[in-house]
Formats: sequence, C-alpha cells, structure tokens
Amino acid sequence: MRLTNRHLLGWLEAAPLTLVLLAFLAAPIAMIVIVSFWGATEFSIYPAFQFDNYEFLFSSPVTYRVFGATLKYAFVTWALTLSIGFTVAYFLAFHIRSQTVQIALFLVCTIPFWTSNIIRMISWIPFLGRNGIANQTLISWGVIDAPLEWLLYSDFSVILAFVHLYTLFMVVPIFNTMMRIDRSLLEAARDNGASGFQTLRHVILPLTKPGIMIGTIFVVTLVMGDFITVRFMSGSQRANVGRLISNDIGLLQYPSAAATAVVLLCTVLIVIAILLRFVNIRKEL
Amino acid sequence: MSKPKVGYSRRALLRTGGAALAASAFPAPMLWAQDTKDIVLRQFGTGVSNLNDVAQKVKEDLGFTLEMTALDSDSVTQRAATQPDSFDIADIEYWICKKVWPTGNLQAMDTSKIANYDRIVGIFKSGKLTPESEIAQGTAPHTVGFVDGPDGTEFATEDTGWMTLIPTIYNADTLGIRPDLIGRPIESWTELLNPEFAGKASILDISSIGIMDMAMVCEAMGEIQYGDKGNMTRDEIDRTIAIFTEAKQNGQFRAFWKTFDESVNLMASGEVVIQSMWSPAITAVKSRGIDCVYQPLKEGYRSWGGGIGLSKSLSGMELDAAYDYINWYLSGWVGGYLMRQGYYSAVPETSKEFMSENEWGYWFEGKEATDVITSPTGDTLAQAGEVRDGGSFYDRMGSVACWNAVMDENQYMVRKWNEFIAA
Repeated sequence: MRLTNRHLLGWLEAAPLTLVLLAFLAAPIAMIVIVSFWGATEFSIYPAFQFDNYEFLFSSPVTYRVFGATLKYAFVTWALTLSIGFTVAYFLAFHIRSQTVQIALFLVCTIPFWTSNIIRMISWIPFLGRNGIANQTLISWGVIDAPLEWLLYSDFSVILAFVHLYTLFMVVPIFNTMMRIDRSLLEAARDNGASGFQTLRHVILPLTKPGIMIGTIFVVTLVMGDFITVRFMSGSQRANVGRLISNDIGLLQYPSAAATAVVLLCTVLIVIAILLRFVNIRKEL
Repeated sequence: MSKPKVGYSRRALLRTGGAALAASAFPAPMLWAQDTKDIVLRQFGTGVSNLNDVAQKVKEDLGFTLEMTALDSDSVTQRAATQPDSFDIADIEYWICKKVWPTGNLQAMDTSKIANYDRIVGIFKSGKLTPESEIAQGTAPHTVGFVDGPDGTEFATEDTGWMTLIPTIYNADTLGIRPDLIGRPIESWTELLNPEFAGKASILDISSIGIMDMAMVCEAMGEIQYGDKGNMTRDEIDRTIAIFTEAKQNGQFRAFWKTFDESVNLMASGEVVIQSMWSPAITAVKSRGIDCVYQPLKEGYRSWGGGIGLSKSLSGMELDAAYDYINWYLSGWVGGYLMRQGYYSAVPETSKEFMSENEWGYWFEGKEATDVITSPTGDTLAQAGEVRDGGSFYDRMGSVACWNAVMDENQYMVRKWNEFIAA
C-alpha cells in the first residue's frame, strides 16, 4: 500500500524522535516531578501526595541563600565568559585574515578540552594553594609577603574554574555568528564614517546577538547545574543548588532532592525564557 | 560427581554420604573445587577494605572469584539500601546498618557456621572490650549486631546467634596533625577550633561522622554536655552546629573534605595543619616523607567498625561460598593484612600467625618496633624504636568515647548540616 496521506507520513517521520524524547526526556522529568511530592524516611521513600518537601524548601533560609549563590555564580561567570569569549571570537573572526590560521587558532582554543573536566579543575588546586606555584611566584617577585589565602577555596577559585571550563562554550557560537556577518556591511559602515567602536556597537554586536544568546544559555545552564566544581574549588565551603541536590541524594532523601531539582529546573527555564525575550533565535538563525 | 545445580541444599548433600561426618566436624561448608571456580561473588564497600589483594588471595585460597567495588560511604549506603540485586556481599559499617537493615536487603547470618565466632572480640558481641570496660556512646556495634532470627527485622539486645554483619575491621579515630607546622603538643579535641589554627583546620563533610567530631570538640570545650553524643536531641544539634557555624564564619576552616585523597592532599600540601582524618590517610601522608601524626587526645577516640553482610537474594552454593569466605576472612590472612595498616581485626589472635613478632608487638601490643615496620604494600611506616600512636590495642580501643552513629533525629541533623555547609 502506498502512503498517500501527507499527514500520516509526517507523523511517521516525527515518531522516532518523539518516542526517544518521550522516553528519555519527558518521562524522567515527569518521574522527578512525581517523586518530589512523595515522602521519605531514613531508608525508604513512600508514594504519597504531600507538599512537605516544597514546604521545607521554601521555608528554609538555606534555600534562598543557596539559590542566591547559584545565581551569583551564574551571573559572574556569564559576564566574564562573555567578555573573554566575545574578544577571542572577535579577534579570530575579524583580525585573522588567513582562513588556515583562523582554523588553527580555533583548534588551539579547544586544546584544554582534550583532558577531562575534573582534571582541568583539580590541576588548579596545587597551582593556587597556599604553597602553590602562584603564591610562590608572587612572593619571589616581591609582590606579596605572605601567601594569598583567598586564591584557593574561595568564590574566586570557584569562578576561575567556571570561566576556565566554560569560556569555549561562548567562543564557539559567537565565532560562528561572526563568521556569517557579511563583510560588505562592515565596509559600508566604514564608508559612512563609523569609527571602529561604532561599527562594533551598531553593526557587529546586534548581528552577533544570536551567538551570544546561545553561548549564554550554554554557560548559564551549565553553571547552574554544576556541583562538582563548586565542591572541589571551594573545598566544600560553599554550596550551590547542585550541591544541595547531590547531598540529598547521598543521604537517600530522593523526594527532597527531586523537589529541589524541580525548583532548579523551573528557575533555569525562567532564566532562559527571559533571555529569549531579547532575541528570537529561530528568526535570527 | 557431576556439577550440582545451583541452589542445592548443603544439608541434603551432607545427609547423603560419609562426607557428612567430615563436614560436620569442620563447621565451614565444604564445596567441590570444580564448582567453586565458577562462582562469582560481588562485593562492594568503602576503599578501606575492598582491596584487590584480598580478591586475589580469595581466588588462590578458596578458588572462587570475588569482584570488588570500592565506593565512598554515601554511595555504599545508597547501594545497600536501593540496589539489593547488585551485590552478594556488602562490606558496610555498623552505623550504616541502622539505615540498611530495615530495607530487608540483607539476611542474618547463623553464627554457628562461623568457625572463629567465639574468638571475635567482645566489642562486637557484648559491647565490652574487657569485662570491666564501659560501653561507649553512639551506635556501638553490638547494638545493631544481632537480630532475633533468620528473618528478624528488629535488632536484638543480646547475642541471639543471628548476626547482621560479621565484624571484620574497626579502628579508633582521632585528629591528624602536622607536628612540624604546629610545633607544640596537641592534647585535646578543643584544638580543632583554636583560633591559632584559623584558616588551617578542616573537618570531613560526611554529616553523620562530622557531627560526632564536632560533638567531641564541643564537649571538650565544656560548651555542651551531651546525654549521648551518638543520639543528640534537636537542641544539642542546634547548639553544636551553631558553635561550628560561628567558627566557620570566622574563617577557622580551610576546606572540608569528603574523600580519602582530599584529606591526604590537604594535609600533605600544608593547606591544613589539623583536621579529622583516617588512619591510612596519615600513612599516605607519611609515605610522602611528610611528618604527620594521628594524635591521641585526652577525651578519647571516635570509633567505627565494619563488617560483612550477605544479600537477601544469596542462596545455595553461592551462600555456602559466602560462608566459606567469611570463615576465611576471620582465619587470619586478611586480619594480618589489615592490622599491618593500622586497623584491627575482629579476631586478632588469628592475625598474629600472619604477622612477624615485631609487627605484632608494634601494631597490637604498643611495643617499640625492633625493626622497620612496613605496610602490606611495602611502604615504610615506622623505624625501629618508634611506638604506635595511642599505644596498645587495649589502650586505644579502651579509650573509645563514642561510635559513629545514626541518630533518631538524623534527618533534622542532616538539614542542619546542610545549613552549616551553606553558611
């Protein structure tokens, strides 16, 4: 039998992906939402419909402090990765004339990704430590007399690691959009007497917005969900939402972990929704 | 004899032939070598005792395969409580028993099948090291060591012949210090919060153990008198956490650690000079040539004990193999291996046969080493003339102030602990 019905064919074509998404994305999330209403004892979880987990979550000052810290990490990391990522992408896209060099330098950016996340992160620890390379160098240069304690196990080290880990996620999409900018637009701007900064502000920046937005979504969601970086680089002295969830899981408090995860998911979705108000990614692409 | 079906009853087999006589004289189950070599037992536990050397020796001595998985304490609890079919043998700590036993994932063990049962130290049976000793606070192993019968769900108060875990390993924990960076004697738990060590102290971020260390400190400071440090009231928890939160905000701590290697690195790099620590971590620091001491303190030790539990789903030939394994475990080789790292074996007497006189004197009797003391892997741990920190077995285990515990208010404590970490 020949399939003549266009609609049926369309549905069939969409079915595999739909099934995969249902099974591996929608179903787990639904499960998490359901479990978040369950109850837990020390060693078991029991199905129920109660608001205990959320009640505790929203009544605890820890929650607000930890969500505050999470947003702070996300914002600071975003600002830094954006400025570094934008600069790097700009340099690659507009200052390097030869395409070969461009590709070579772009690959250089990815070198840190040849080893695992954890190793890149942990290698900062001996570098920043009290008797680490950074402190020893500064002391030998006579810049400081005593080791700087805040280099390691502080917000500084956490954000440093985040920036190190996630800047590439900014560089790639921004570079990508910059490469699509029609060079004649830049010439036109110059012909009309625009300074370099004016060109940057009125031509390049608006045209790069989709790349910035994609990079932002990457960085913000990664930072908000990351708990291992916060744990290692702060020496467990700071917490973000991811750590709350991982602590709960470690202590078998699955419903409570699920409730926190649901709230985190909502927060991330809200942040992304706000971001998407500024740029219509689909249209720009 | 052809290969029997998995799941045959040992008793049925014994009844059939003359083997019964021989086998009943020796209480350990006898298995046929050609069958045991196909048996695979899956064991998991913390890195402390889940060692490849043990698995290899099992293969040599008993013929079957032991698959080891080493996890951190939290993951061990999770696995035992939520994935009963993922293991045959759970190498867990006694305090975890309180969380895991009610899930019904483990089966009680018949002590009449344990050859060396009578020689297991008193701590695990009556709670008393010697007939005169006092039972320490917290979840003392004997309080969760027995159940009424094979299917008992409640812990029994006395020796019933059905054990939850067969004790294997235990030790008395205290603070680790860097004497070269401190330069004066350390005698009390209060030193952990001494402002002299601001920014150079650390505790572990495993709430049920960390809170006990906190309690040792608060009690030593005279700030709080606990009814039972291992089972605090909400008020006691609040006050304990408050004292440490204040210290944290004043910058007392450099970091908190959760895994063995983190604690080693903190100490070895000089980031901290005083912290709660585990004895092999001290050894690891020392083996890098850095001076590090497991400092006995006048208020006593915080102790822990581990044992082997059997999965509920274990039966037939595998169950017999597991009993074989337990009997082998207590027969000395592993005991000697563990004791030469500074832990204690549940049956010290049998380990003696696997240790040199010098080692036995140093590790167990607290005597001066007459020669170099090395770890089972060959690292030098002490020179001739040195004595073990804390002295002999009876001195150390006799000064236990409390056992790692799970409190009635555990959930409340955990929430307060999260507040402490986020503060």
